[in-house]
Amino acid sequence: MTATISPDTRAASAAPKPVSRPKVHHERRSARRAGWAMAAPAVLLLLAFLIVPVILGFVLSFTNARLVSPEPTTFTGLDNFVRAFTADPTFLRSLVNTVCFAAVVVPVQAGFGLLLAILVNRKIRGAVAFRVIFFIPVVTSIVVVSILWKFMYQPDGLINSFIDSITFGAWQGTAWLNDPSTALTAIIVLSVWQAVGFHMLIWLSGLQTIPQELYEAARIDGAGTWQQFRHVTWPCLRPTRVFVLITITIAALGLFVQIDVMTQGGPVDATSTLVYHAVRMGYHQQQIGYGSALSLVFFVLVLIVALVQRFLTRDKD
Amino acid sequence: MTIHKGRIDERVLRRRRRVWTYLVLVGLAVFFLFPLVFMFVSSLKPDGRILSDVGGWRAFLPVGDISFDNYAEVFDRVPVGRFLLNSVLVTVAIVAAGLVVNSMAGFAISRLRWTGRGVVLSVVIATLIVPFETIAVPMVYWVSQLPTLLFQNGQLVYDFGWLDTYQVQIVPFIANGFSVFLFTQYFSSIPTALDEAARIDGAGWFTIYRKIAVPLSGPAFATVAILTFLPAWNQYLWPSMVVQDEKLRPVMVGMQYFFQDNTAWGEVMAYTSMITLPVLVVFLAFQRAFVSSVAASGVKE
Repeated sequence: MTATISPDTRAASAAPKPVSRPKVHHERRSARRAGWAMAAPAVLLLLAFLIVPVILGFVLSFTNARLVSPEPTTFTGLDNFVRAFTADPTFLRSLVNTVCFAAVVVPVQAGFGLLLAILVNRKIRGAVAFRVIFFIPVVTSIVVVSILWKFMYQPDGLINSFIDSITFGAWQGTAWLNDPSTALTAIIVLSVWQAVGFHMLIWLSGLQTIPQELYEAARIDGAGTWQQFRHVTWPCLRPTRVFVLITITIAALGLFVQIDVMTQGGPVDATSTLVYHAVRMGYHQQQIGYGSALSLVFFVLVLIVALVQRFLTRDKD
Repeated sequence: MTIHKGRIDERVLRRRRRVWTYLVLVGLAVFFLFPLVFMFVSSLKPDGRILSDVGGWRAFLPVGDISFDNYAEVFDRVPVGRFLLNSVLVTVAIVAAGLVVNSMAGFAISRLRWTGRGVVLSVVIATLIVPFETIAVPMVYWVSQLPTLLFQNGQLVYDFGWLDTYQVQIVPFIANGFSVFLFTQYFSSIPTALDEAARIDGAGWFTIYRKIAVPLSGPAFATVAILTFLPAWNQYLWPSMVVQDEKLRPVMVGMQYFFQDNTAWGEVMAYTSMITLPVLVVFLAFQRAFVSSVAASGVKE
């Protein structure tokens, strides 16, 4: 009895004017109903198209489910994972490719983005125009970008003829995407080209939160450009830095469209990635169970990255 | 005297630095723009011309036999108009329904006291770390089992499977954890005194949402619209798996099909130009809003 009353009396005593109990009660019930009703569409949709698929993916990972199959789906334990790590060289190659791609793209894109942000943060005429120009590839579809760069990477394409003209014909030209040793690098270049503008803007919003007085104080102490960057800019950008690194890492681990459009994983698996392989097995070969298991491996990688982020941001608080 | 000299040195130094900054910026602008200029210019040239121009400056100049023949050819070969219409329909539906659904949830979480709102908020935030790629494969299986209502021979029929429909391209992307989160944050910044006054006047919660919260939250709506517009328009992985019917195909998937069985680069460049230009125009018209939206996406913490 007391337990049911106490919240009401607390609410009543907190209110500036004493309100009759039935009214407070009615108010609370109406807020509760409206709250659930208004949140319900989003909650139900997230449940149906995010949470259920996550759980389903987890469960299917331990089965031999197929999209269309005469045989009933059965539980197969860890078979899919054993198969991936011991009997599927393309998967292992894809894992290595994905990690290599991320290992190069993360520092390059983050560093390049920061450089662009510092340049367009200068108080000079036209800075906003340059900001817009550097952002244009971001609003260009990655499918369009992939097709366009595939054209430019042709043996007789723009990239080769450009290198040919600056080396005065010393360059013979190479089929960038058909050579296992250059294909992944070629994809890294266009991926950074397309996405770096986005992270430039994130860095920029971080830079603009740094109080100018800190720079003035540093200059009075005789700090040069590099020292100002080292001792003011860099430490102040800590939260931005963690965010930028995490978003680039997760996006890089999910590399798919460029591969699907440009190389289909070739030549000889040199550009196959985790997500590309999971879609190939799970969708094109209709092995939903195995594809789900591979997606789960990808998810675990992403979770590890997210946990590292939590760990990195924790010691600040 | 020495002071005066020092000042001149500094001015010269500063000017020199400025010149260098501009040189670097212009170089970078060329780096970011040359592929797109090449694309637009090539879309206007016949194939032979594109390849012979590739060795020099002419690759970036609309000179020679300029025409819109490639564009006409694309329209002759594939139903691009239909693809564009499909993409516009899907994108508008996702953005519009998303604004309503996610803002209502954000309102409920930030302005109303109800049991479970804490749990709902944590679940919404937890969904942010699930990339779509991890659930794409099981989701194909899932949507192929979902019930649906169809019109067949004038009758409403109950059936299973969402493959090859518009709804399979729209419904899964309406609710968005990040949009809910942005709305929750924005609505929390509006003083609750307004709600209380309206309650005393007898307004229902939905009326308060519609008449007070929504009109005061223009920037939040703009940010969410921009951040959901780009991925919806650029959808590729999902429709390439669940849409086989050419009549329902969005532009990006349509382009990949067109590209796969076509080596006429002029036509391919015409297609890519055609679907890039509208987005580019929208971006340039609203670049301020785009820039602040992206900046807003970075403050999540």
